[in-house]
Amino acid sequence: MTLALATPLRLPARRLASFGWATTIAGVICLLVALTALLAPWIAPHDPTAVDPLNAYAPFSAAHPLGTDDLGRDLLSRLIAGSRTSLAGPLVVIVLSGATGTAIAVAAAWIGGWFDAAVSRVLDILFAFPGLVLAITVTAVFGAGFLAPVVALSLAYVPIIARVMRAAALRERSLPYVEALRVQGFSGWHICRRHLLPNLAPLLVVQAAISFGYAMIDLASISFLGLGLQPPAADWGLMIANGQPSILAGFPQQSIAAAVAVVITVVAFTVVAERMASR
Amino acid sequence: MSALLEFDRLRVEIPTPVGPRPLLRSVSLSVAAGEAVGLVGESGSGKSMTARSVLGMLPGGSVATGAVRFRGVDIGGLDPAGLRRLRSRDVAMVFQDPRASVNPVRTVGDFLTEVLRERGMSRAAAREKAGGILADIGVDRLAHRLKQRPYELSGGMLQRVVIAAALAGEPALILADEPTTALDVTTQEEVVAILDEQRRQRGTALLFISHDLELATAVCDRIAVMYAGEIVEILPAARLHEDARHPYTKALLKARPGSVPPGERLQTVPGVPQSAIDAPAGCVFADRCPVVEPLCRDTIPVLTAGVACHLEVS
Amino acid sequence: MILEVTDLRKVFGSHVAVDGVSFGVGSGGSLAIVGESGSGKTTCARIVAGLERATAGTIRLGDLTDKSDRKSRARMVQMVFQDPYQSLDRRQTVASCLDEVLKFHGRDERPRRTKELLDLVGLDQRHAKALPKQLSGGQRQRVAIARALAPEPRLLILDEAVAALDVSIQAQVLNLLADARKATGVGYLFITHDLSVVRHVCDDVIVMHRGKIVEAGPVEKVLTSPEADYTRKLVGSIPRPGWVPTRA
Ligand SMILES: Nc1ncnc2c1ncn2[C@@H]1O[C@H](COP(=O)(O)OP(=O)(O)O)[C@@H](O)[C@H]1O
Ligand SMILES: Nc1ncnc2c1ncn2[C@@H]1O[C@H](COP(=O)(O)OP(=O)(O)O)[C@@H](O)[C@H]1O
Ligand SMILES: [Mg+2]
Ligand SMILES: [Mg+2]
Repeated sequence: MTLALATPLRLPARRLASFGWATTIAGVICLLVALTALLAPWIAPHDPTAVDPLNAYAPFSAAHPLGTDDLGRDLLSRLIAGSRTSLAGPLVVIVLSGATGTAIAVAAAWIGGWFDAAVSRVLDILFAFPGLVLAITVTAVFGAGFLAPVVALSLAYVPIIARVMRAAALRERSLPYVEALRVQGFSGWHICRRHLLPNLAPLLVVQAAISFGYAMIDLASISFLGLGLQPPAADWGLMIANGQPSILAGFPQQSIAAAVAVVITVVAFTVVAERMASR
Repeated sequence: MSALLEFDRLRVEIPTPVGPRPLLRSVSLSVAAGEAVGLVGESGSGKSMTARSVLGMLPGGSVATGAVRFRGVDIGGLDPAGLRRLRSRDVAMVFQDPRASVNPVRTVGDFLTEVLRERGMSRAAAREKAGGILADIGVDRLAHRLKQRPYELSGGMLQRVVIAAALAGEPALILADEPTTALDVTTQEEVVAILDEQRRQRGTALLFISHDLELATAVCDRIAVMYAGEIVEILPAARLHEDARHPYTKALLKARPGSVPPGERLQTVPGVPQSAIDAPAGCVFADRCPVVEPLCRDTIPVLTAGVACHLEVS
Repeated sequence: MILEVTDLRKVFGSHVAVDGVSFGVGSGGSLAIVGESGSGKTTCARIVAGLERATAGTIRLGDLTDKSDRKSRARMVQMVFQDPYQSLDRRQTVASCLDEVLKFHGRDERPRRTKELLDLVGLDQRHAKALPKQLSGGQRQRVAIARALAPEPRLLILDEAVAALDVSIQAQVLNLLADARKATGVGYLFITHDLSVVRHVCDDVIVMHRGKIVEAGPVEKVLTSPEADYTRKLVGSIPRPGWVPTRA
């Protein structure tokens, strides 16, 4: 589950973030991962879906730096190709949930009264509902693939973002400069769009960056359960799952490589996010 | 006159990324036993820092040179036990915001008797004494008050309790840092009246910090005017209006709305109040002084005969 | 009269903050509201500025009617708040803050107007590009005053607008307020606890105590021969040369 999985990651990340060099390394890793995803088709040494049964379970070599999997596909290439969906998923989740959550939060804080009370109540209920379970249920109903889990997870993240942003929006709204703008005659829409939102943006970016790591783990878990992308797609969660039979056969490289990719990326993003948050 | 408290060219610096920078440049001032001295100046001039230096409460990492002497003993040379004794027996401090300086969950009675109990007084005797002081300063329903907690009291009542606590330890000196700034004027009058009356009766010396010249003049024997980490002028309170000589003191007096007939323009000083950190190399006031001369910009004037100004000492 | 308040009443829950208060400000006039904290001064100001709704009573602002829109209201009344550190958007430069208001109110030649406003409050082009955090408290308060004057209101409410300022800066701002009144004919509703400020800038004064007006009249008369007990106590507690504090 989101919290159960992610909390233990958060603590060491917070400690690491207090060192400048850790943040620098984490930042460089984030950048490298993002570049890899962008340039995947051009930097992958082999076709990630090219099957070569005669070359299955090849050991590390110059041609296959990470070896090959049970079907003889190059693991490094699959890892590189997998970075695309593995990053795109959480990215869509934080964009969708960030936009929706912030819109709801600012509306609730600005309008106030019964509307705010109702929104807060609904958010509390959603918050109590485990996000991963929700995502799995939705996916089971609407079918596996890329979109269903991502949309479901976005929904699950809305209350998390909305809660933080609502508190911040309430604080911002009570500042005298907002009252001064109201006395100036500006509409609520103008004040929210031109003043509240830009002032809340830094906090939103931090929240999104923290959620990114959580979303990546949640999506990997969904893929691992077979509810996400389907083979032969290269996706880190899927690779971990599909590597299981190979582990029994004595070839754990695929699962390990994909798992390490997930962990490094999540830790790197979280360290950078914590660093931003502490400023 | 042997001074009870003496600042001797006190300078306080803090380390910054660009090297040490001063918070106080040079503070020289003495307070005799039983005397009340007002320390006035605008925000950031270093009034609070000066008062805190008496109790050894300077910001971490700061370096003090010069000396602060209490009864002739340099406070910088005191060990932690000596400093504690100084704080609990000899010098009491009253802060601007009483709510921030009182433990919110303890009763008024506990707060008042804390110092006395620490000195080994029995609970009953301590209560008796605390009650007596509260009665002295005009607090009614004593038994009830002693059981109340800070949030049940108004700001003015709480500040009286803080003053009572300061008096309870029978200190030789009270440091009052803007003790009435957070109060309404009517409450302010009562609180300073109490402070003034009680310290006179007990012969307690007072260092009274304020940004309000008239208020300080009313309760003090002498006034010290501070600007950018330096004392620029010291003079008897009664003669502040007539005898002010430093251009900054004069400017302060003329800037008050009551200083000119209604409707006339107030005399202003260009620029903004500075801290020691951004004060010029020579006279601290040189950047804003209306009568500045070249000498002022690079030579520091020494405080002589009550004023630190090149143009006054000739 | 640009402002006429009649029998104003405001209740928060069961607490009566303002209780049957009436006052008025003439065109280009200057009325002070004084009183201890909690006496209802800010509540009156916020109701006049349209930030709060009255429980009962009427407020007439120039020729505004119930149907007037926000914009015409903003051209009638503006407000400057006490805290100079939070009354500006921390992301907005001084120039863009003023420009936004001028644009909203459909003013032409905005750069020229911006410069005029900055001149009026004693700031220059260097300050125009500054963010609030690069300005001192007094400078920020001047920007807030410039912003409030931008729509050329007929009434400016100042709620403890000089209280947080050092004396030398306060003097600059008080002079500026006098200049602005002369230059634009704006009227002031001046809320303060400092009677020497009242004497310096206001024509008339009302004294509030626990939500009610206990005394009203010309400043000179109320401050030199106060009639109500509370006003007498208030006037008597102002530190001044020769003053000896006494306790009641
Ligand atoms: N803990 C601190 N660390 C660094 N600088 C400080 C600290 N406390 C105060 N200062 C600086 O020291 C100067 C004097 O401050 P202070 O004594 O509080 O002035 P005042 O009480 O006269 O307003 C100011 O410039 C202030 O910013
Ligand atoms: N939003 C509010 N909710 C509840 N009580 C309020 C609110 N605003 C003001 N009050 C109360 O109304 C009274 C008058 O407050 P205010 O107008 O701010 O006084 P002043 O400005 O004279 O200090 C006070 O007792 C205050 O606690
Ligand atoms: Mg201070
Ligand atoms: Mg108020």
